[in-house]
Amino acid sequence: MRPQRTTRWRRVLLPGLLLAALIGLWQIAASSGAVAELLSLEPYLVPSPAEIAQSLWENRGLLAENAWVTLREMLFGILAAIVVGVGFAVVMHRWRVMRDAAYPLIIASQTIPVLVIAPILTVWFGYGIAPKVVIIALVCFFPLTINALDGLRAVEPEAVKMMRSLDASRWQLFRRVEAPTALPHVFTGAKIAVVIAPIGAVFAEWAGSSAGLGHLIQSDTANFEVARQFATVVVLSAMALALMALTVLAERRVVGWR
Amino acid sequence: MNPQLADPNRTETTAAVPGSELSLRGVSHSYGEIATLAEVDLQVESGGVVGVVGPSGCGKSTLLELICGLREPSGGTVAIGGSSAAGDRLARCAFMPQRDLLLPWYSAIDNAAIALRNQGMRREPARAAARDLFERFGLGGFENARPAELSGGMRQRVAFLRTLIAGKPVLALDEPFAALDAITRGEMQEWLAAALRADPRTVVLVTHDVEEALYLCDRVAVLSARPGRVIAELSVPTRRGENRDAAVTDPAFVAAREEALQALRHGSRGS
Repeated sequence: MRPQRTTRWRRVLLPGLLLAALIGLWQIAASSGAVAELLSLEPYLVPSPAEIAQSLWENRGLLAENAWVTLREMLFGILAAIVVGVGFAVVMHRWRVMRDAAYPLIIASQTIPVLVIAPILTVWFGYGIAPKVVIIALVCFFPLTINALDGLRAVEPEAVKMMRSLDASRWQLFRRVEAPTALPHVFTGAKIAVVIAPIGAVFAEWAGSSAGLGHLIQSDTANFEVARQFATVVVLSAMALALMALTVLAERRVVGWR
Repeated sequence: MNPQLADPNRTETTAAVPGSELSLRGVSHSYGEIATLAEVDLQVESGGVVGVVGPSGCGKSTLLELICGLREPSGGTVAIGGSSAAGDRLARCAFMPQRDLLLPWYSAIDNAAIALRNQGMRREPARAAARDLFERFGLGGFENARPAELSGGMRQRVAFLRTLIAGKPVLALDEPFAALDAITRGEMQEWLAAALRADPRTVVLVTHDVEEALYLCDRVAVLSARPGRVIAELSVPTRRGENRDAAVTDPAFVAAREEALQALRHGSRGS
């Protein structure tokens, strides 16, 4: 395990250094006014990282309030996607006819830009949390369904024969072999879902909302509050990173045999 | 449920397991257009151990699946204890696949006990039954090891106990030691011979190792290239599972090995 430690440090240190360097460059470019001049803009439209940090601090109450709204939408949306996606996968795995019927449609459904039908869903479900949850779930269910189905199908045919020969019922085969085999794949799907959920949340809020980080970005666009827009983006991606970290932790706990 | 495990102190015995004779008559099988087995006849008496050797792809694994009731023949009958119903074969025969296929999310003992759990036994009594077997067959102390922590030989032992513990009179073993190095394989053959002496079953052992078949079995059937048919059936001159070094150097054993190899060479050219 010793040599692992140095590589782990490198894994944290090197991206950290690169990030610091990029922020530093941005700071110089923005605060010197070079970028604003180049784009013929007022300097306040090109905030420096320091100004964004300041905005982050000054608006902490507002940001937290709206972050909570968006976080709730994301959590419910991802949860719904996990339930529906894994459910679909199990049904398609169990009944061949369901897979043959539904799989091409699920693939084809991905050509529909969910974000474009967001306004329709807002018409149907109103301005509350419901249309956001539906949109986030629609964006997230695809990677979950596909990965869960792949996982269920990753079971070796020989293992199925062995279990059948050792008196396993269909349910026991699922519980003792198929489900544990599929779990790591489900986590892969969940990690993708966690990353794309914020996109769904922002678009859903743009389609009609009274609160949330997406809503905040939208209203700040109208008021040229660029620094706060950046601050909102920072909060949004911090939330996604936190959800990712939680998913990875849960994965390590649940899929401990890997 | 598991009569063979009832008495852990049972003495060495070759007593037959009643009602477990295996009978294949005129068995054919094909996957679509491809015929895998043609008119296979094979009889194994209760408690007998029969080896099946043959070139790669001659349908040996299919033969085992037919015996276990995992597959139905295209022609002929496969019967265990007089019944040819697939459900009865499934109930009377346990299948050990080529690779151990231990489930990485279970400990060694829970892997071994999985048949008992499937049969509805609760976790603790199932573990207790498996623990007995672990101690009797040299796996004591490895109960809580994860499969990944075990050596190849150990994993095969657990996989064999998993098959044994199902309590079925017939065992179908598919090249159980093919993946092991030569020394471990020799040790495992002796271990398996001892296990079958202590807990006799009717066994069909598929292998590509003629010496392994002759050492472990009463009789050896040689299959031809696809579609597989029985082209030779040899009685093993030495007593099954005796001291391995003594057995393999016995002149009668050596002669039987030559005979089997010759049949195999002949069969590989196609029949």
